[in-house]
Amino acid sequence: MNLLTQAFAVARKDLAIELRTKESLNAAGSFAIVILLIFSFAFDSFADEMNEFGGGLLWLVFAFAGALVFNRGFARELPNECLDTLLASPLSAAALVLGKAFANFVTLLVVEFVSMLVFGIFYSVDWSSQAGGIALVFALTTWGVSILGAVFGALTVNLRLRELMLPVIIYPLMMPILIAAIELTDAVLQHHSVGSQIQWVRVLVASDIVFTALAWALADTILVT
Amino acid sequence: MTQAIELNQVWKFYGDYAALRDCTLTVGEGSSCALLGRNGAGKTTLLRILAGLTHFQRGTVTLFGEKPRGENARRNSGFLGHGIGVYEDLSARENLHFFASITGAGNLRSLTDTWLERVGLAKVATMPVRQFSRGMRQRLALARTFIHSPKILLLDEPFTSLDDRAIAMLSELLIDARQRGATIVLSTHQLREALAIASHVALVENGRLRYTGERTQEMLDDPALLYRMHTQLGVAE
Repeated sequence: MNLLTQAFAVARKDLAIELRTKESLNAAGSFAIVILLIFSFAFDSFADEMNEFGGGLLWLVFAFAGALVFNRGFARELPNECLDTLLASPLSAAALVLGKAFANFVTLLVVEFVSMLVFGIFYSVDWSSQAGGIALVFALTTWGVSILGAVFGALTVNLRLRELMLPVIIYPLMMPILIAAIELTDAVLQHHSVGSQIQWVRVLVASDIVFTALAWALADTILVT
Repeated sequence: MTQAIELNQVWKFYGDYAALRDCTLTVGEGSSCALLGRNGAGKTTLLRILAGLTHFQRGTVTLFGEKPRGENARRNSGFLGHGIGVYEDLSARENLHFFASITGAGNLRSLTDTWLERVGLAKVATMPVRQFSRGMRQRLALARTFIHSPKILLLDEPFTSLDDRAIAMLSELLIDARQRGATIVLSTHQLREALAIASHVALVENGRLRYTGERTQEMLDDPALLYRMHTQLGVAE
């Protein structure tokens, strides 16, 4: 059975549980919307400068909301010792981490989509003019942070202070991805094409490849104590 | 006889504490080995090493000639630990479907239905596991462990906290597994149940394997015999 088939089975299972419990969606979604609402009062949402820091504001919110999603990923495997059961099963550790990353990716994309609609209303942004470009930026960025979240979610799952440790560890590593995403989102908000900032797209693609390869290679070492 | 499991001079440390000391054990294909010993003796650590859940510092471990974390070793193993290893928010059918799907088994629907029927959960197949009684959860865990017909079964105190129906079901599943040639290693405190199933016995104390050998009629007649033997060994040392 190949790696991707196993990974999709894990992701499907996680998303089925998430749809039923809505633990991550409710926490991350409400957090993102509340922060955007607070920011809309803190800053003049119709000022021209909004286009210059709007990207930073959005990705700051998604980075924090992401930590709420990533914390649940492996923590979901702790009751009833499901993690041990999975590790002793024919499922490969790499497929498990990739599956968690797929589930993180879908969950975070849903949160981002809702947040973008809210952001569009609060700050009068019409995303549809560059829908393809912004979709590419969000997909590449979200995969990068999702795979990091899955790897370090696995690393911190058995720590007593995992909710605290996970953000502390992953935010520094997210920096290249977040910087690229902020630059590209700002470009879109200023009505430039994503293609005009191709160097940042390359940073995102390279980060995604490197972090995915590391996750695949290190999964077994991280998960087996 | 082909060796299904081979441990050779295995040492496992937790910090400075040696949980396993120089353990050497072979279990032949189709054998059933009862791992006996008091709490903290090292039975669970040994089973976790065999299941590929824990690294060890010295020695070698193979399952059908492959390391425990090897793909074939994991495909051929079924592990039942202290936890039941099923998801509370999924139904019994969804749990079994998921675990069957990651083993690469074909015809998932029919396999899942067969096992739901076999463990008596067909009528509650769509109910979330969190609504199950303890006995129903245990039966689901048994179905999850046996669903891919593993060649090696690693069971950590499987009889503990089972209700009568689940004990009967587990005994039946173990007999079936032996008949199809599966190798079984089970740790337990329930001497009578274990010795009735076992063809071999391994006694662990303080991380050392004090006795390994075939289960004899004398052990069946007097389950405490092994512990008395072990005491004598301890005095002799």
